[in-house]
Amino acid sequence: MVDAARTVQDLHLRNLTKKFGDFVAVDDLTLTIPAGSFFALLGASGCGKTTTLRMVAGLEDPTDGTISIGDQDITRLRAFQRPVNTVFQSYALFPHLDIFENVAFGLRRRGVKDVKPTVERMLDLVELGSMARRKPSQLSGGQQQRVAVARALINQPDVLLLDEPLGALDLKLRRQMQIELKRIQVEVGTTFVHVTHDQEEAMTMADTVAVMNNGRIEQLGHPADIYETPRTVFVANFLGQSNLIVGRRAGSSGDSTLVEAHGQTYAVPSDRCFSSTSDVTVGVRPEKITVLDSVDADKVPDGNNRLNGRVTDVSYTGVSTQYLVEAPWGQELIVFEQNVVVGDRCEVGDQVVLHWAPSHTFGLDSAGGTNSGVDPDVVEAEKATARLLSDGAEA
Amino acid sequence: MVAVVPTPRAAAAPVAQRSSRTGYLLLFPGIAWLGIFFAIPFVTLFMTSLQQPVPGKSGSYMFGLQFSNYVTAMSEYWPLFVRSFIYAGIATLLALAIAYPLAYFIAFRAGNWRSLMLVLVIAPSFASFLLRTYAWKTILSDEGIITTTLNSLHLLPDDRILNTGIAVIAGLTYNFLPFMILPLYAALEKIDPRLIEAAGDLYASPQKAFRKVTWPLSLPGVVAGTLLTFIPAAGDYINAALLGSTGDRMIGNAIQINFIQFRDYPTASALSFVLMAAILALVFTYIRRAGTEDLV
Repeated sequence: MVDAARTVQDLHLRNLTKKFGDFVAVDDLTLTIPAGSFFALLGASGCGKTTTLRMVAGLEDPTDGTISIGDQDITRLRAFQRPVNTVFQSYALFPHLDIFENVAFGLRRRGVKDVKPTVERMLDLVELGSMARRKPSQLSGGQQQRVAVARALINQPDVLLLDEPLGALDLKLRRQMQIELKRIQVEVGTTFVHVTHDQEEAMTMADTVAVMNNGRIEQLGHPADIYETPRTVFVANFLGQSNLIVGRRAGSSGDSTLVEAHGQTYAVPSDRCFSSTSDVTVGVRPEKITVLDSVDADKVPDGNNRLNGRVTDVSYTGVSTQYLVEAPWGQELIVFEQNVVVGDRCEVGDQVVLHWAPSHTFGLDSAGGTNSGVDPDVVEAEKATARLLSDGAEA
Repeated sequence: MVAVVPTPRAAAAPVAQRSSRTGYLLLFPGIAWLGIFFAIPFVTLFMTSLQQPVPGKSGSYMFGLQFSNYVTAMSEYWPLFVRSFIYAGIATLLALAIAYPLAYFIAFRAGNWRSLMLVLVIAPSFASFLLRTYAWKTILSDEGIITTTLNSLHLLPDDRILNTGIAVIAGLTYNFLPFMILPLYAALEKIDPRLIEAAGDLYASPQKAFRKVTWPLSLPGVVAGTLLTFIPAAGDYINAALLGSTGDRMIGNAIQINFIQFRDYPTASALSFVLMAAILALVFTYIRRAGTEDLV
C-alpha cells in the first residue's frame, strides 16, 4: 500500500491550546508522535482528546500553538489541504453513495483518473470486495467501520486519525476489530492516532499511550510502563485499579524511600517515587499483592511491604479471586489472586496479612487526594453501597 | 380415516382478516372525503367541460359530448398556459435561490435562533394571501421607494414594476416562498454535519463538499419545495390580477373570468382540465428525472 519513495514523518504538536470561551479544552500540549507508530490518546470524556484530534484533522482551529508533520507546518491549512484522514466516530459514511464511491471519494477529489484498481484493492484489504455496490445503510456496524477505515486509508495519509472508532460496536466485535486495526496498521505502516476512553483498547492496540486529563497529558509511554509505573494518582486509577495509601516520607534505606502510613513503614524504590514533597501516597496494583492467613504471617518474605487486614468480600471470577480487605484504619484494599491452587481460599471475616515486593510499589504525590481518575460511576456506586450498609446497621 | 390437522394458515387467517378490516376502517374517512369532495366534483367538472349551449338561451348549457370545447379553449388561451408555466417556473427558481441559503443558514448556523427564524418564515401566512398581495401593490407602486430608486438608476425598461410581468413573478415568488423554505429546511436539517466534515477531511473544498454531499442529500427537499411552489403558482390568478396588467394574465385568470364573468362553464372547465393534465405531466417528468419517486 505504501509507496517506497514516500517517507512517513513524525507528527509534532507544539504548545497546542484550545479554549472554548473560558473553558480550556486542550492546555499547552507539546507532543511528538513518531512516524509509523500506533499512538493512543486515552482519557475520560471531556479531557480534550477529541479536540486535540480535531485540531490535527483541521476541523477545529487551535487558539494557540502549532501542528506540523515533519518540517511542514500545517496549523493554518484547511482540513481538505492536510495530508491527514479521519475515521469518524459513528463513521460518517455518505448515505447517498455506495461503498465503492464512499471509498473512492478522496481519490476522486484529488483528481485521480483510474480509481477502480485502487478502490478494489482497498476493499479487499478490509474484506468487503463483494459489498462494493451496497449502500452504507445495508451494512452491519462492523462492516461500516471497515468501510470508514478503507475510505480514510486509501488516500495514504501521513497520519490516520481514529476518533473512538470502535465505540459503537458490541464487545465481541470490538475485540475482533482491535486485532484487525492493529493488523492493518502494521501492514500499511501509517502513523495511527487513536482516541479512546477505553483503557483496555488503548493498551492492546497502541505502541504508545498518552493518558490525558483536563487538557494535559498526565503520562506518556509504553502501555506496560504506564501500567506498572504510574506517575500520578489519576493514571494509577484511570488505567486499571490501584490501592493507594496516604503516608509521609520517613527517611531512606539504600535505594528505597521509606514511607510511614498508619504506623506501618513501606519501602518504595526511590526511582519509582514521584512525590517531591514529604507527603507520599504509596501505591500497589491489586494483582501484585499476596494474601496470607494471619496464622501464616511468618511466611512473609523479608523486606516485603506488609499490612494486616480483615477480609470483607470474596468474589470468585474464574481466572482469579477478588478480595476486598479492610485495613485497621478502615480503608478497603482490593486484591486479585490467581486461582493457581484449587480450594484454600480465604473467607469473609478472616484476619489476613497482605504483602508485596517493594519493587512493585510506587510513590505518588498526595496533593490531589486519592480519587482522581476513578470512574465517577464507581465512586457513586460505592457511596450508595456505604449508605445502604449504614442504614441497614441503624435499622 | 383422514386426520384433520388445522394448517397454520387456517389458524392465522382470522387474525389477518381482522387486521386488514381495521386497515379499511382507518382508510374510510379519507376515502369518503376524497370521494365526496374530489371524485364527484372531478366527474362533474369533466362533464361540464363537454356540455353544449342550450339553443336560443345564452348562459345555459346542457349535456353533450362537445370535445371541440377543448379545441376552442386551447386555440384561444394557449399563450396564457405558456405564460403561466414561464411565470411559475421563474418564480420557483427565484424562490429556490432565495430559500436555499436561508434554509441552509437556519439548519446549520442559526443555533438558538433557529425556532425564531422558522416562526418568522411562517408568520406572514397569518395574514391573508389577498392582503399580502395588496401589500405588494403598495411596495411596488410607481411612487414607491423600490420603483423610484431603480428608475433613478435607469434599470427599469418600462419605468415601472407594477402592472408588469416582473411584479407578477415577484408576487408569486413571495407568496409561495414558505412552501419552498420549509421542505428545504427539513431536508437540510437531517444532514449530519459530520458528513460535511468528512467530505472536507477527504480533500473536498467547501464548494466540492457542497456539490458532492450537501446538495445531493438535500435533493428530496428541493424536489418537494419546487413542486409545492410550482403547482400552486402555475394555477394562481390573484397575483396576476392584482399586480399585473391585462397583458400578464395567467391561465388562472382565464378560468376565473370564464366561470364568473362570461359564465362560459364548458370553456372554464376544459381549461381547468388541461391545466391539471399539463401540471401532472410536468410533475411526472420532473420527478422521474430527479429520481425520487418516493416523494409522490
